[in-house]
Amino acid sequence: MLEVKDLHAKIGDKEILRGISLTINDGETHAIMGPNGSGKSTLSAVLVGNPLYEVTGGTVTFNGKNLLDMKPEDRAHEGLFLSFQYPVEIPGVSMTNFMRAAINEKRAYEGLEPLNAADFLKLMREKRKIVELDTKLTNRSVNEGFSGGEKKRNEIFQMAMLEPKLAILDETDSGLDVDAMRIVAEGVNKLRTPQSSCIVITHYDRLLDMIRPDVVHVLYKGRIVKTAGPELAKEIQQRGFDWIKAESES
Amino acid sequence: MQSEKQYIDLYGSCRDMLFSHSADVMNAVRDGAFADFSRQGLPTRKVERYKYTDMQSLFAPDYGLNINRLDIPANPYEAFKCDVPNLSTSLYFILNDGFYDKALPKGGLLPDGVIIGSLCKEAAKNPDFIAKYYSKIAKTTEDPITALNTMLAQDGLFIYVPRGVKVDRAVQVINILRSDVDLMINRRVLIVVEEGAEIKLLFCDHAMDDRRFLTTQVIEAYVADNASLDLYCLEETHAKNTRVSNVYIEQQANSRVNHNIITLHNGVTRNRTDLIFRGEGAECNLSGCVIADKEQHVDNNTLIEHRVPHCTSNELYKYVLDGKAVGAFAGRVLVHHGAQQTSSVMNNRNLCATKEARMYTQPMLEIYADDVKCAHGSTVGQLNDAALFYMRQRGISLKEARLLLQFAFANEVIDGIRLEPLRDRLHYLVEKRFRGELSRCEGCKLCK
Repeated sequence: MLEVKDLHAKIGDKEILRGISLTINDGETHAIMGPNGSGKSTLSAVLVGNPLYEVTGGTVTFNGKNLLDMKPEDRAHEGLFLSFQYPVEIPGVSMTNFMRAAINEKRAYEGLEPLNAADFLKLMREKRKIVELDTKLTNRSVNEGFSGGEKKRNEIFQMAMLEPKLAILDETDSGLDVDAMRIVAEGVNKLRTPQSSCIVITHYDRLLDMIRPDVVHVLYKGRIVKTAGPELAKEIQQRGFDWIKAESES
Repeated sequence: MQSEKQYIDLYGSCRDMLFSHSADVMNAVRDGAFADFSRQGLPTRKVERYKYTDMQSLFAPDYGLNINRLDIPANPYEAFKCDVPNLSTSLYFILNDGFYDKALPKGGLLPDGVIIGSLCKEAAKNPDFIAKYYSKIAKTTEDPITALNTMLAQDGLFIYVPRGVKVDRAVQVINILRSDVDLMINRRVLIVVEEGAEIKLLFCDHAMDDRRFLTTQVIEAYVADNASLDLYCLEETHAKNTRVSNVYIEQQANSRVNHNIITLHNGVTRNRTDLIFRGEGAECNLSGCVIADKEQHVDNNTLIEHRVPHCTSNELYKYVLDGKAVGAFAGRVLVHHGAQQTSSVMNNRNLCATKEARMYTQPMLEIYADDVKCAHGSTVGQLNDAALFYMRQRGISLKEARLLLQFAFANEVIDGIRLEPLRDRLHYLVEKRFRGELSRCEGCKLCK
């Protein structure tokens, strides 16, 4: 699915990713943990093509295609999805128009006709249920006036609409209460298929109890310094990152 | 440059002709207006209210005028087929400056006593009534373009809604610019809404011919106690069109005015809006939406005078400028001594989509009362990069994302329109405009 080799990236003059290598196979869920400022969000931003970051070295292949050559919208069409840590409010653009544009551009990319109004609304209704998103939210402008929890649920709703091959959840658990986290996690689990993969970026093991990862990576100073099974998340929860930092620096 | 000379000469040579093809009421103020115009000349850019639009160069070319009132062949009903869907309006046409009365208006009958017709003819029928209002708030001493219009205007539109009458069906007036040669048009509109009366008006400007048009327009609107006037002006012409429109509104106690100017397609447009509160408890909403690209130029200049206490004014003007378009907004709110409990908000927000697009903005507040609530603000910015990226991550192309954001930006003004079918129609037109797909009404031969 995804093959990252020796990826380097910077923002302005500051180098943040210093040689990341990562392989994710079909159907796998990988967790990426790490202390603040280690480069977790930068990694997700670089993968989806955020123009603020500059890739200075390395390669990324996504289902056999060179991801770094693609425009952000084409990466999305190829099946890459990012659940934003801070979803953006877009006043004046209704959720419906926003989703319709997204769905129909994806369909056009795949050579399909645009969805008619009735089918589109039916799709919206079905997918909304997955994250228990209220109709009145989908009638509003994108993320405008949404609570923190509603914004995150809205991210998963969009993921349900777009059915990505690889979803990156960037601290989707931050700012969520227990119930909202359960709804989000159940939503993500319902959307999993044997082919679809997932990267979960998080600080805590609580979300990983609900979305079980196959592999846990620890990112530190722009490199992956430790990779292990799900038990690593538990260990970090108990012992913190210091022992890993010490290990990597020795 | 002394562009005024040709108009002064014109008046000298055509004065008799102007008089013989107009009404006494209009003729009565003509010489005075001529004197005011001769004294002031055309404004240069040193005149504060004309700082952003160069009248000297706009009025320099030699346009033809139809002073002899020759019949210009056209059948607007034949040509105009783009009704706003579901907007069952009473539909009228103004051909250049003449009221088209060769066919009855589409739509139902107007309520008893309501008059919509040729200003010249109505002024001949009811000279005393019209004389009470004509050229009273549109002062020729203060604005040379108003003086020029008053001195040359021979006809136009008269709208009268008598006391207590509510006109349910909106009235749509299509101003058609039609000529086989480059033409100057001086159109005059008088609107009188009496106590407790209500009317919603939609004025649409269209150019039928690919000629250069220079239009001056003066609208005087009197809104009496407890009356309500909605005046929506939509301009959809072409790049060879210059329009200078001066709107004067006087509001009495507890009256309401919604005035919205939308510029979708134009060459050079200059709108002046002056509104005076004469009675307490009145409210006005002035708004404007400008979508301009290429080398289009749109200048909105407003003055709201709070002369009495307890009035509310809201202003919202939004511009989306692409290409090398130039926009200007100068708004002044003047709260007179003793106009306590005034509430006034003015906002001008602008998007410049390119580095070449230019916006001049000048919000002004002048307050001589001590118990008021006033705010004004202005922004010039670009599209939000974070929002653009968010949309692209969802698979929306950069082009489409930009369109959606521009569309959303302009919608705030359109959403304030109180005629739902018109609002829907404008959403549609604005979207088409942004997409660069014909910005004319479909199926309409008018706006070529």
